[in-house]
Amino acid sequence: MTEVKMKSLRDAYGQALADLGAENENIVVLDADLSGSTRTSIFAARFPERFFNMGVAEQDMVSTAAGLAAAGKIPFASTFAVFASGRAWDQVRQSVCMGKMNVKIVASHGGITVGEDGPTHQALEDIALMRVMPNITVIVPADAHETAAAVRRAAQLSGPFYIRTARDKFPVLLREDVEFTPGKAARLREGTDVAIIACGIMVSKALEAAEVLSNEGVSAAVVNMSSIKPIDVEMIVSMARETGAIVTAEEHSIIGGLGSAVAEEVSETEPVPVIRVGMRAAVGSSGAPEELLNLFGMNTEAVVEAARKAIGMKKEPAATQAKTVMTG
Amino acid sequence: MMNDIDKLKEISRNLRKDILRMLHAAGSGHTGGSLSAIDMLTALYFSRMRHSPTPGASGPRDRFILSKGHGAPALYAVLAQSGYFDKKHLMTLRKVKSILSGHPYSPSTPGVEVCTGSLGQGLSISNGIAMALKLNKSDERVFCMMGDGETQEGQVWEAAMTAAHYKLDNVTAFLDNNGLQIDGVVKDVMGIEPIGDKWRAFGWEVYEIDGHDFGQILDAVDKAGRTKGKPSLIWAHTVKGKGVSFMENKVAFHGKAPSREELDLAMAELDAA
Repeated sequence: MTEVKMKSLRDAYGQALADLGAENENIVVLDADLSGSTRTSIFAARFPERFFNMGVAEQDMVSTAAGLAAAGKIPFASTFAVFASGRAWDQVRQSVCMGKMNVKIVASHGGITVGEDGPTHQALEDIALMRVMPNITVIVPADAHETAAAVRRAAQLSGPFYIRTARDKFPVLLREDVEFTPGKAARLREGTDVAIIACGIMVSKALEAAEVLSNEGVSAAVVNMSSIKPIDVEMIVSMARETGAIVTAEEHSIIGGLGSAVAEEVSETEPVPVIRVGMRAAVGSSGAPEELLNLFGMNTEAVVEAARKAIGMKKEPAATQAKTVMTG
Repeated sequence: MMNDIDKLKEISRNLRKDILRMLHAAGSGHTGGSLSAIDMLTALYFSRMRHSPTPGASGPRDRFILSKGHGAPALYAVLAQSGYFDKKHLMTLRKVKSILSGHPYSPSTPGVEVCTGSLGQGLSISNGIAMALKLNKSDERVFCMMGDGETQEGQVWEAAMTAAHYKLDNVTAFLDNNGLQIDGVVKDVMGIEPIGDKWRAFGWEVYEIDGHDFGQILDAVDKAGRTKGKPSLIWAHTVKGKGVSFMENKVAFHGKAPSREELDLAMAELDAA
């Protein structure tokens, strides 16, 4: 097996942001005393006059970003995902989203892979909290390359964005020149028995799971659904039709995140079983990232198990069903 | 010929009537806080702010952010009077498909910069605009209006720190200190005093005025404009419901529109004023 290259999403963000800063002087950056962690420090070192440290004041940071956008700047505001989505929720809603302000929120330390900092700092609700916002684009990149692509795209497109990065390094899955388009998912692996729709770190687990399933004779498709909102409805419907069974996988609560978004679309268009892999416990725990992913069932085995379950729940083919009714 | 102050008095008298008419037509809305703020808004929009209702107009553009978004009727009155939209819209306030929402909603109303109403966010937004203007080396200014009850929001104090930290001397904030909030008297609900000392301690220059005296309002705006290296707060003592005797200092008129009879009485008072 070839060795998997690991790369940090937040590093990719910090570098992409600094590159953007050199290309466009309207790019400004705000951080709430976490610039070293979110990696906005790279931009801050190169463009100190366009970097605003707002101190430990996330609400002020988000509304200030809205003001910068109102005056024509392209603000990127960063802090940990728990604070960006939770602490400043009302500011994201009213100051940024309602007025369609051109603010890009890039939140690091998403999910349980925050690790040792423990339950209070593990954002397992942020996708749900941001997905419900009006006028926003919500992105959970699968790797460092997609992070850079999403950040570049966000800078080009007008309107609010929420992009989730991570503390931990993720396996590199995509090409360095990968493109990102909101509302467009990518098929990473074709399959006919079940479709695994994943985002973030769980995309790599989904690919591993598909390999395990393949050894059992099960053909699993894998989709990278990095654009949570707008979501690629066409892809979801195709997957439901082609495979008849769906598994979602995310480093987030099973309530309100990718799994919910997919289930919502599936139930309205092409009802098939949807099994959600994600955080089922109320809160996380301190620990090492991989240890926590295993402990809370967000790993390859959990995806494999969910795939078996989803396939087992498939309805009988329509023809057989009709016969059953007639003879029943 | 009328001098500037008499002219402003006449404008604000008519805008008070617009406010009451639109609130009556709406059947709900915030009467008291609109009337306490209207003289300051009048002074800004018709004397001191550089602005134009024409989108993309050349020349400097000062900005106004109504952080106390429930005072929207006052903002809509000055915007209509300034030509941002036709006055006929005022009578559609708060109605389905109106361009005038109950609280400022920028996507639908020309001249409204941002969405406000959930309190405490406008000063931060004003700071952001001021930072952008400084980056652009522009001499344009940002005016923000807050309610006194609004300063119970913690974000206001985050923003107060930010404006001083970044030396945003292009920010002038008004504190519409009418002393009342929905549940009663500010000092009973949650005291905010000592107001001047608090803002000075946060690094602001404070100008204390009568918020219904045009001479004092204009003088404070000019002094704030000359204040360098720090933001300015115009601490304006005001009267909730100002201009209509039976509405003045009445908590009941915080979030209540005038009835037909109350409107007629108020109009007669304003006509006689």
